[in-house]
Amino acid sequence: MKKTECVAMLLAGGQGSRLGVLTQKIAKPAVPYGGKYRIIDFPLSNCINSGIETVGVLTQYQPLELNDYIGSGKPWDLDRLSGGVHVLPPYQKIEGADWYKGTANAIYQNIPFIERYDPEYVLILSGDHIYKMDYSDMLKKHKESGADCTIAVLEVPMEEAPRFGIMNTKEDGTIYEFEEKPANPKSNLASMGIYIFNWSILRQYLEQDEKDENSSNDFGKNIIPSMLSAGEKLIAYPFNDYWKDVGTIDSLWEANLDLLNPKVELDLSDPNWRIYSRTPSAPPQYIDESAEVQNSLITEGCNVYGKVDFSILFDNVTVEAGAEVRDSLIMPGAKIESGASVQYAIIAENAVIKSGAKVGERPENMDDLKNWGVAVVGAELTVGENATVSPAAMITENVKEGESK
Amino acid sequence: MKNNNVMGVVFANVHDDLIRELTEVRSTASVPFGGRYRLIDFPLSNMVNAGISKVGVIPKYNYHSLMDHLGSGKPWDLDRKSGGLSILPPYVTSNVSMQTGHIDSLSTIMSYLRGSKEKYIVMCDADVIGNINIENILKDHYSSGADITIAYKNGPLPKSNRDIMSFEMNDCGRVTKIRLSENYGVTCDFSLDVVVMERALLMDLVKGALEENMSRMWRDVFAAKVDSLKIHGYEVKEFALVIDGTESYANANFALLNPKIRAELFNPERPIYTKNRDDVPTRYGLNSAVKNCLIADGCVIEGEVSNCVIFRGVKIEEGAKLSNCIIMQDSIVKKDADLKYVITDKNTEITEGRALCGAPTHYMSIRKSATV
Repeated sequence: MKKTECVAMLLAGGQGSRLGVLTQKIAKPAVPYGGKYRIIDFPLSNCINSGIETVGVLTQYQPLELNDYIGSGKPWDLDRLSGGVHVLPPYQKIEGADWYKGTANAIYQNIPFIERYDPEYVLILSGDHIYKMDYSDMLKKHKESGADCTIAVLEVPMEEAPRFGIMNTKEDGTIYEFEEKPANPKSNLASMGIYIFNWSILRQYLEQDEKDENSSNDFGKNIIPSMLSAGEKLIAYPFNDYWKDVGTIDSLWEANLDLLNPKVELDLSDPNWRIYSRTPSAPPQYIDESAEVQNSLITEGCNVYGKVDFSILFDNVTVEAGAEVRDSLIMPGAKIESGASVQYAIIAENAVIKSGAKVGERPENMDDLKNWGVAVVGAELTVGENATVSPAAMITENVKEGESK
Repeated sequence: MKNNNVMGVVFANVHDDLIRELTEVRSTASVPFGGRYRLIDFPLSNMVNAGISKVGVIPKYNYHSLMDHLGSGKPWDLDRKSGGLSILPPYVTSNVSMQTGHIDSLSTIMSYLRGSKEKYIVMCDADVIGNINIENILKDHYSSGADITIAYKNGPLPKSNRDIMSFEMNDCGRVTKIRLSENYGVTCDFSLDVVVMERALLMDLVKGALEENMSRMWRDVFAAKVDSLKIHGYEVKEFALVIDGTESYANANFALLNPKIRAELFNPERPIYTKNRDDVPTRYGLNSAVKNCLIADGCVIEGEVSNCVIFRGVKIEEGAKLSNCIIMQDSIVKKDADLKYVITDKNTEITEGRALCGAPTHYMSIRKSATV
């Protein structure tokens, strides 16, 4: 097979348990984002825009939707003659079958896949973040520095540093220490979970790590520390643009509504760095005479008869006359019936909010802000007529008529 | 269900002269429509939704934009190993005329027809908008034993400069008389130019017409042979419209503002497919006021827009006022411009404060890539 310089491996097996009902039936990278995307569109689009055309997507948790979504890779131009996108679930080998035990083990189990392309470098990505990044620039810096591993880092506010994996670097960018969630951080350079390794060296460490029964087979916890202690050259690659982890309901909500904030530098309409997605065939959106739409993103297939303010409507959403949607995300196919009110909420795919129902609340209307949060209604569920869903609630089953949850 | 025994043919350039403003730079088939479509998306999707997986498109000239739109046929699922989409431009030989009639067009693809193995053929013109259930027409054709089945609609005959067939039929649905464009506006059963017959019969009819130097399929073949050929009509009850001029083109676009028509045309059971552009969702600004509009993705709307059809990637700046307009893709309407009854082609720019006004019967058309 033709030699490939760099193969990308995208870790998409995580459950994303903090997203609760949103990832009950789908893996986190398949969670809808920004009106017509899914989280995984970002690393996949970054790959093709960076000239990386061989991508392995490692799946494990609830892979059906993700498999279907990725398909042949056509929407990202990743249906290539050589390379392209490959979905890699765990598989049975002669010595037995195993789930992916950790991020490093997932790559270890796919050494034969990577070897088929005989790459110089392997790029490790995760399907959890919203960002636009030119991996080819990172690869260029990696080659120039002569490092064995380059890790993308983001400057975070010092007070938030204890939530991240922190890289302590010398002046030239060499990493001398890695601290996972340090109580007293020495630096504010957080690992973005994006690594470029020289493949021959990574392979060696993966094999060594696999033999260690006490290892949790994780890049951050095991591979990086053991490379550091062995004196390998690790370099930090600083990244200064928009980057957001969408691991929690609040961060998912915020990352979406960032698209409506003129101060946030995430421009999805840049023709030089398109974010591609698989989109259904839907007619243009219809905004009725009775509708009032302001400061919102709306997608094809929507029918809007009611009031929509500071919200994102994904494809094929219906907002009936007299319904009100504010500060919310309404995912594909959901329906907000007449007189219903949805505020500070995430309504998942194909959910129905019946007429007169009330979901979520504005923070300024709360007596105690501690009880406030974004309300979530799970996919395919119905919130009955005149029912109430309180702020910060997570709805996992149908709410009956008039009921309060 | 796959219909292996049926192939399709779409005439891309028929009646190019009817919407002249829009077909100067493209074929009828690639005229933009309804915010994100091209006219050819309708016949292609109708065929594909009937399980047809082999379609030939016959362009004659001005077909760059059509080729660009169709590509490999992937958006219609027509990138097939066997069959799929074939674009069949004319061979440049001395005896091929550049007319766009059906017989001329078919005469240039005789070897394609001969080389096909499908028993039946469905032919569509690119200037009819509708979500037409071709599967039902085929079923009707098989069971009636007709030689030819043609879809028709009951309604006032569209006023047109081209031949539109209207039928008289007996109780069994057999066409007994075909009139050509008589009595505009009178309610009748007029043809939607979706024609089903056996491939072998079509080849015979074309061969015969060429020998007798006939050029018009509707007049010289169907109308003339209505006694010897068993022609059946199939009534289409859903929304369908013949585009025969700028006015009817505009009306067809604005018809989509009607929810009932939208539901019929964009029936999710039989989707209308088109080429995807990877646009971002449309953004509505803080001071936007949008009423009764059909808007595609990739737009930024900051002005006041009512009763309009807005295509992909259009920007409408703050203070701009638009009513009853069709704005095609990637056009920009700058601050405080005021447009009424205007159709702009792709990539136009309406400069700041400019006021343009057409009338419901005479839309003002702005050429592709023009700055006003």
